[in-house]
Amino acid sequence: MNYLSIRDLTVRLSNGLPLLRKVSLDVEAGEVRALVGESGAGKSMIGKAVLGILPRAARLTGGAILLDGENLETLSPKERRQRIGAKVALIPQDPLTALNPSRRVGPQITDRLVDILDWKRDEAEARALELLNEVHIQSPDRVMKSYPHELSGGMRQRILIASAFAAEPKLIIADEPTTALDVTVQKQILKLIREMQERHQTALLFVTHDLGVVSKISQSLTVLYAGKVIEETSVRSFFAGPKHPYSRALLAATPKYTDPDGSLMPVPDSVISAVEREVAAFDEQLNG
Amino acid sequence: MSEMIYQLQDLKVSFADLSRKPLLGAAPRTEVLKGLSFDIPKGEVLGIVGGSGSGKSTLGRALIRLIEPDAGSIRFEGTDIAHMSENELRPLRRRFQMIFQDPMSSLNPRRRVGGIIAGPLSLQGFDNIAARVDEALDMVGLPRQFAARYPHELSGGQRQRVGIARAIALKPDFILADEIVSGLDVSSQAQILNVLETLVRELGLTLAFISHDLSVIRRLCTRILVLYQGEIVENALTPELFSNPKAAYTRTLLDAIPLPDPDQVWS
Amino acid sequence: MRDARGQIRRLPGLRLWLSGTWLLLLVLAAVFAPMISPHDPLEQDLFAARLPPFWEQGADPSYLLGTDSLGRDLLSRMLYGARLALTVALIAGTLTCLVGATLGLIAGFYRGWADLVISRLVDIWMAFPPVLFAILLIAVLGTGLTSIIIAIVVIDWTRFSRVVRAEAMSQGAMDYVASAQVAGRTRLGTAITEILPNVLPTIVALLTLEMGIAVIVEAILSFVNLSISTDEPTWGGMIAEGRTSIYQAWWVLVFPLFALFLTVLSFSQLGEGLKEHFDPVLR
Repeated sequence: MNYLSIRDLTVRLSNGLPLLRKVSLDVEAGEVRALVGESGAGKSMIGKAVLGILPRAARLTGGAILLDGENLETLSPKERRQRIGAKVALIPQDPLTALNPSRRVGPQITDRLVDILDWKRDEAEARALELLNEVHIQSPDRVMKSYPHELSGGMRQRILIASAFAAEPKLIIADEPTTALDVTVQKQILKLIREMQERHQTALLFVTHDLGVVSKISQSLTVLYAGKVIEETSVRSFFAGPKHPYSRALLAATPKYTDPDGSLMPVPDSVISAVEREVAAFDEQLNG
Repeated sequence: MSEMIYQLQDLKVSFADLSRKPLLGAAPRTEVLKGLSFDIPKGEVLGIVGGSGSGKSTLGRALIRLIEPDAGSIRFEGTDIAHMSENELRPLRRRFQMIFQDPMSSLNPRRRVGGIIAGPLSLQGFDNIAARVDEALDMVGLPRQFAARYPHELSGGQRQRVGIARAIALKPDFILADEIVSGLDVSSQAQILNVLETLVRELGLTLAFISHDLSVIRRLCTRILVLYQGEIVENALTPELFSNPKAAYTRTLLDAIPLPDPDQVWS
Repeated sequence: MRDARGQIRRLPGLRLWLSGTWLLLLVLAAVFAPMISPHDPLEQDLFAARLPPFWEQGADPSYLLGTDSLGRDLLSRMLYGARLALTVALIAGTLTCLVGATLGLIAGFYRGWADLVISRLVDIWMAFPPVLFAILLIAVLGTGLTSIIIAIVVIDWTRFSRVVRAEAMSQGAMDYVASAQVAGRTRLGTAITEILPNVLPTIVALLTLEMGIAVIVEAILSFVNLSISTDEPTWGGMIAEGRTSIYQAWWVLVFPLFALFLTVLSFSQLGEGLKEHFDPVLR
């Protein structure tokens, strides 16, 4: 059963330039799907479209986003916000800016529960403590009363993860949640996200540029180039050998210290121009 | 024994910690580098690796004297530059150059590429500047017409090539590269490493390459220095470090790298 | 990699054109005031007092915008008033900018004790109420064009130094400044060739804003009769006179007020427009 189903999603700038070109992808209930691409590939844009937080200059011009079988585009803005608030959560990229620096951590976790989902404050606080325990934070009482700047980057990311799982969402969108962290912290955070995801059986759409991270976190992946889906497959078959020449080149360019001669290979110009031609041909069909 | 370009002895750097400054009096100092000693032989490509807060960038900036150390000596070709004044350093500056992490912030946004590369050349009194700018662009594989462009008109990888061109145009003896591929897409990462590899080989440069990524370092470096909280925990030749890492932190670091391989098991 | 994000088109420089046109007209008016003014701006004609503008009933078409309570031609007075407004705007604006921006650049880039001294000075300066400060200054210096200009510079340099200091500080933390040091550039060389060009768009925007403010300050001083000699037509003086007869002759107040408003608005829009147009980063 697909919990999130995106069909032919097209997003354009106000001048008509496409940012997403008929993107279709599914995330099954309880599944982890990675969304991979280089900068400008539109991978974060998909998450934003689902959450309804597209930047001002971008407009959704075609396609549908189905959440739990319901087409979000047919809902009123208010209904849409309610659905998203109850069913979807976000783990943002930068733990430094995602927490309000002038407020204590505790209320920032409980806000959503109290304000949007009408929980009682003491219930919400109990839940927050329970979650901080789940993300392996020692002395959660003290952390609840701390300000963000008193905590390390890894700790803040743990808090954001706890906060994402607070309302038991059925889908979590993680937008490069470990890019700003050290590798040693990244490892702990990835393991934690995986652990939480399995325990809560949440569907997870994991946006990243790092194929190493993909192989650690997800079961399936979608590769994007210039807002177009290039390849969609299971992690197993992708790492056994990608089908599309661009994905192959991307994998060969990814660093792998155990294979110094077979990794960090430059992407050949011929591959880039081939995929550019493919996108251009697709555009003619899209605009024609 | 080969000749040393750098000899460091008991290098200490500390910063004032303003967050713990008392109402009256000076802020307490935090030691960022806690007495480092090592040499860099001529022609070596030294990888410096460590997490955030390890002091790797501070070490790099001390090497080319963007920072003055609190104590210890930095001998560059035999001369101690640790406490030289900016005026004494100026004639030496041509010989140790730096490539910065973020080419967007290290290239003046209001100057054209040609001017960015030519600036240091004219400051250091070079002749035939236009020809040298062209040559530098050739060496990093950028078309010469790029001299007329502004940094924001280039892609990330192209900008980083401009940063490299600016450094090598001065024909330095030593180049410090501080996390120069960490902000790039993997496809341009590999290209930049190739450019650097070729330049090191052809120009006989000594290079210190700071990175948090051991995979990238393995590709480029002959020797690796592992820093942890301001101290050297391991200093080994590259093959040795990967086949037999001695320090516990090195093993933790290696173990944490997510390989693009679903069969890698994380403990 | 293709990336459509950079291709959002900017609005054409409409505001640059509109504001530029108004200011150009104003300059022409100021320069050629003696030739194009239909009347002597000082000539009184009590029989022609409070004539309305041309489209109202009872107007005299030779007084296009009507007359004031002493029968002086409004249009002519406004044309002559533009002379003083523009002179003050250009000279006072530029001087203020030079003083304030230089101090701001020194404080922001050199930091240390220079910053300490300049910043404290700015703090103290800004604690004085500006209008009172200006009136006090004029009282000491005496009325006249030079006094007005000095008063504006003395009051308003802090506006520049604060903004330029902050901007120079953030630019100073950029790696291109470190890279200039690596290349062996001196501190002064770095300040002039690296920092200044990056702070310049901000300075230009502030400068034009300041020109608008200078016009206002001059008008305020005229309004309280502390500008230059009372006979000379100034917009502020006209507004002050118009205020007394607002119920009998609204035009005496409204026309100079409107000219003042358009001029100040044009200056600020010109600044924004110039910044957008000439900045390679924004363009």
